[in-house]
Amino acid sequence: MQASLSLPALSPAVPRPSYVVQSALPLPPSKPINLRFCGLRREALGFSPLGRSDSHRVRLSAPSRSATISASSSSGNGSPPKSFDYDLLIIGAGVGGHGAALHAVEKGLKTAIVEGDVVGGTCVNRGCVPSKALLAVSGRIRELQNEHHLKALGLQVSAAGYDRQGVADHANNLATKIRNSLTNSMNSLGVDILTGVGTILGPQKVQIGSSDKVVTAKDIIIATGSVPFVPKGIEVDGKTVITSDHALKLEFVPEWIAIVGSGYIGLEFSDVYTALGSEVTFIEALDQLMPGFDPEIGKLAQRVLINPRKIDYQTGVFASKITPAKDGKPVTIELIDAKTKEPKDTLEVDAALIATGRAPFTQGLGLENIDVATQRGFIPVDERMRVIDANGKLVPHLFCIGDANGKMMLAHAASAQGISVVEQVTGRDHVLNHLSIPAACFTHPEISMVGLTEPQAREKAEKEGFEVSIAKTSFKANTKALAENEGEGLAKLIYRPDNGEILGVHIFGLHAADLIHEASNAIALGTRIQDIKFAVHAHPTLSEVLDELFKSAKVAHVPSPVSEPVAV
Amino acid sequence: MASSPFLSKTPISFSSSISTSLPWRPSPFSSSSSTAFRSNPRRRTLTVQSKIREIFMPALSSTMTEGKIVSWVKSEGDVLSKGESVVVVESDKADMDVETFYDGILAAIVVGEGETAPVGAAIGLLAETEEEVAEAREKAKSSSSASAASSSPAEAAVTPTPPPATATPAPAIAQPAPSATATYTPKKGVATPFAKKLAKQHKVDIASVVGTGPFGRITPADVEAAAGIVMPTKPVAAEPTSVAAAPPKPSAAPPPLLPGSTVVPFTTMQAAVSKNMVESLSVPTFRVGYPINSDAIDALYEKVKPKGVTMTALLAKAVAMALAQHPVVNASCKDGKSFLYNSSINIAVAVAINGGLMTPVLQDADKLDLYLLSQKWKELVEKARSKQLQPHEYSTGTFTLSNLGMFGVDKFDAILPPGQGAIMAVGASQPTVVADADGFFSVKSKMLVNVTADHRIVYGADLAAFLKTFAKIVENPESLTL
Repeated sequence: MQASLSLPALSPAVPRPSYVVQSALPLPPSKPINLRFCGLRREALGFSPLGRSDSHRVRLSAPSRSATISASSSSGNGSPPKSFDYDLLIIGAGVGGHGAALHAVEKGLKTAIVEGDVVGGTCVNRGCVPSKALLAVSGRIRELQNEHHLKALGLQVSAAGYDRQGVADHANNLATKIRNSLTNSMNSLGVDILTGVGTILGPQKVQIGSSDKVVTAKDIIIATGSVPFVPKGIEVDGKTVITSDHALKLEFVPEWIAIVGSGYIGLEFSDVYTALGSEVTFIEALDQLMPGFDPEIGKLAQRVLINPRKIDYQTGVFASKITPAKDGKPVTIELIDAKTKEPKDTLEVDAALIATGRAPFTQGLGLENIDVATQRGFIPVDERMRVIDANGKLVPHLFCIGDANGKMMLAHAASAQGISVVEQVTGRDHVLNHLSIPAACFTHPEISMVGLTEPQAREKAEKEGFEVSIAKTSFKANTKALAENEGEGLAKLIYRPDNGEILGVHIFGLHAADLIHEASNAIALGTRIQDIKFAVHAHPTLSEVLDELFKSAKVAHVPSPVSEPVAV
Repeated sequence: MASSPFLSKTPISFSSSISTSLPWRPSPFSSSSSTAFRSNPRRRTLTVQSKIREIFMPALSSTMTEGKIVSWVKSEGDVLSKGESVVVVESDKADMDVETFYDGILAAIVVGEGETAPVGAAIGLLAETEEEVAEAREKAKSSSSASAASSSPAEAAVTPTPPPATATPAPAIAQPAPSATATYTPKKGVATPFAKKLAKQHKVDIASVVGTGPFGRITPADVEAAAGIVMPTKPVAAEPTSVAAAPPKPSAAPPPLLPGSTVVPFTTMQAAVSKNMVESLSVPTFRVGYPINSDAIDALYEKVKPKGVTMTALLAKAVAMALAQHPVVNASCKDGKSFLYNSSINIAVAVAINGGLMTPVLQDADKLDLYLLSQKWKELVEKARSKQLQPHEYSTGTFTLSNLGMFGVDKFDAILPPGQGAIMAVGASQPTVVADADGFFSVKSKMLVNVTADHRIVYGADLAAFLKTFAKIVENPESLTL
């Protein structure tokens, strides 16, 4: 990002700068000079000093990674600092820590990563990765068992079945494979993997495991992640009352399983279990299933993913007590009304999956040594992921990313936060726009979203005084979706009709998780609808659903600044 | 989405509630459709007090006699405010969100998702206040148990083979109110989620089923056994046609199916087509064919094709212009006693879409120019594909056009849709050897059109004159582009 050095004086009226260039001196700046430089928003770009058209945003530098990698590894993982063992120490080798480590090496930092359990963390070992293996199986078996669908395609398949152990092995093998490649990628880059629980002893000082080994680092990132949250009163035995950790091992397929919580995790497991022949009862504390999704998408999802399947549900109830099966008795679940707390019902089922969310994992981290108090278990951070201590002051050289800070509990969000931190410690300020981070639920069909839901957008609009418009397109009108005989689906765009800003996009339909990135990239880069609608999509593809979505939006005519071709 | 005010205070009769609450519905239809309502025995058992309103199955199109509940947007106990969507109903033409016109609480869902109810039947109960919710549920429950009781209680309680589902006189309400009652009886009567769903589909009273599953649980197999299903066939197949008259007709045993055969029940759209086709038998129709020289219109078509004009639009326009000169062919006979001269010329065009048959309507086809008409047609087809046609876009036709020419069909015979005076069947344009008055042979393109008409109002001479005008327009098509 050499460009950042040649900036002339800048307009002070730039709204919401996303990048603040701290003086790019070779040594850490004694006093940060905040040069505002380029905003994400269109209005900020009138002065673009390099004559960049506003579609070119200054972004994270992305030089060819391989070139940088070879340079840094041959030079022994960056130049050694004056008095620290490492430039950057990351506690926790999950997806967040891994993303941060890779970017740190690219930036020439001498990096170590501390892992007290297995490399890969929750995502790779007990989360997204093995669950995708199970969902891949679920998707196939669903197709093979859907006679009506197959017949419409002219296919004939005799009874499809599955081997539980084979499915479980597939999930386990996938996790192992990804874990190994993660480990290898860090080894080959020269990231030191220190095994043991990392405990912060004081500023810039971490003890590894119970040994006396203490390492120092100029900057430290906490990336310790989270564990399944089990509400009190629920006894997890790992066999009939389980969390996602156990469920992913698929040690048995119960005939009837109750899933407590109907968020992403619960929904994905309901997809897997019903495909494998289980019947499912959802227990949801809120008044409706799938809280957190855009209501319209949730409604459609319920119509497709819940109602026609062997699923029933109870909403507005808490599972106050769950007892595992023993002595020939089934799993019993006592339900109380979520509002009145009065006993409501008792369920007897074969298994119960607790999918009530995840709790941050900060045990043994030594937060007390640096006077940091967790809030509801989460480590408090500012928008730059800098840790805030009990007195509300920033702890120097200490950052926290991922599930442990609770900002957005998604693997790729953790990784993006890690990259953002590395950017900051290497001299370029960076604030991650969390509204541009997509999320996906890998049911069949998939659900994905980025930005605000409609109620959130309306609330914001009310507060800030702008209009909100909605555009929708159906998968029923998409050639590719119809070719696949998967016309069920909806894409929804929430936007500002006055300036074409994309506030949120929600997709339910075939491959929704892969489709969302056009929208999330547009939000991240600040691309407006009036610009993106001219982008061309290959025909016939599912991406035309989004193409149509953007084209159907009605944006007031905005006199856009003439965009000239730019020599870069 | 079309909103239909479909709530009315009881005890208002069906027909009055329909005609007052569906202002957009063309009035000539209401008399014909109200004949479809059967007397509902449930309405006597269910003495609903004031403040508890019934939610009716709305009539979403003129041809709709029953609707399928696609999904309940709201659940029991939800507070509704005026204008909110409550339920999604699949009519014979489209899925529609149906909104409430009253504030209140959805007390009971009487007809569950996936089930069908005749137009005007109560599908749910709306209470005004919390206190009335329980009352409404009582009503819903008592009525359902009453109807269950009426069909031989002893039998239902003991034997695992109750009478087939269709024997219940009021199928739409034969199952207990969902979730409120069926979910829990300690240790006894525990049913799995799928068993409950099946029970609902097959109208089996879950309380009467003996569970054989683990922990005495009622399994899907138990419910199927109770419903008298030996082989797990498509559950929808058991859905009764609730339009049928109140006394159930025990149908004669159908001939055994060939091994490997499958029974695929009609979709709502297919059911509507079937019903219309049977109804058409009550109209005395006759047919008149006419050969038309199509060289000129083919040439014109080649010229205007780049401008987005389709053959459908050309033909619709030509038909409309001919109809303008022969209003009797655009008339219809609804009551067998009078001519109904339609005020506008609306050409319905039959199209096959998504495995179904739809007739999007080009309204005022005589007044719109060719290009607007083509534009309009594209929009209609698009909407039809995505099931978004509004009622006025498929139910207001005064004359139907059906074209199978593009498939190489040289001539065919169309069935007159109920409520219209005539339908035109257009065959392919084919090179034909013709001899002229001087005895010279030449090859000209000819297409055969065949009009089916209602002989109560359209006579042979009328049709012949109409066809002559139509042929003249098609053979000299310049006027179409004006």
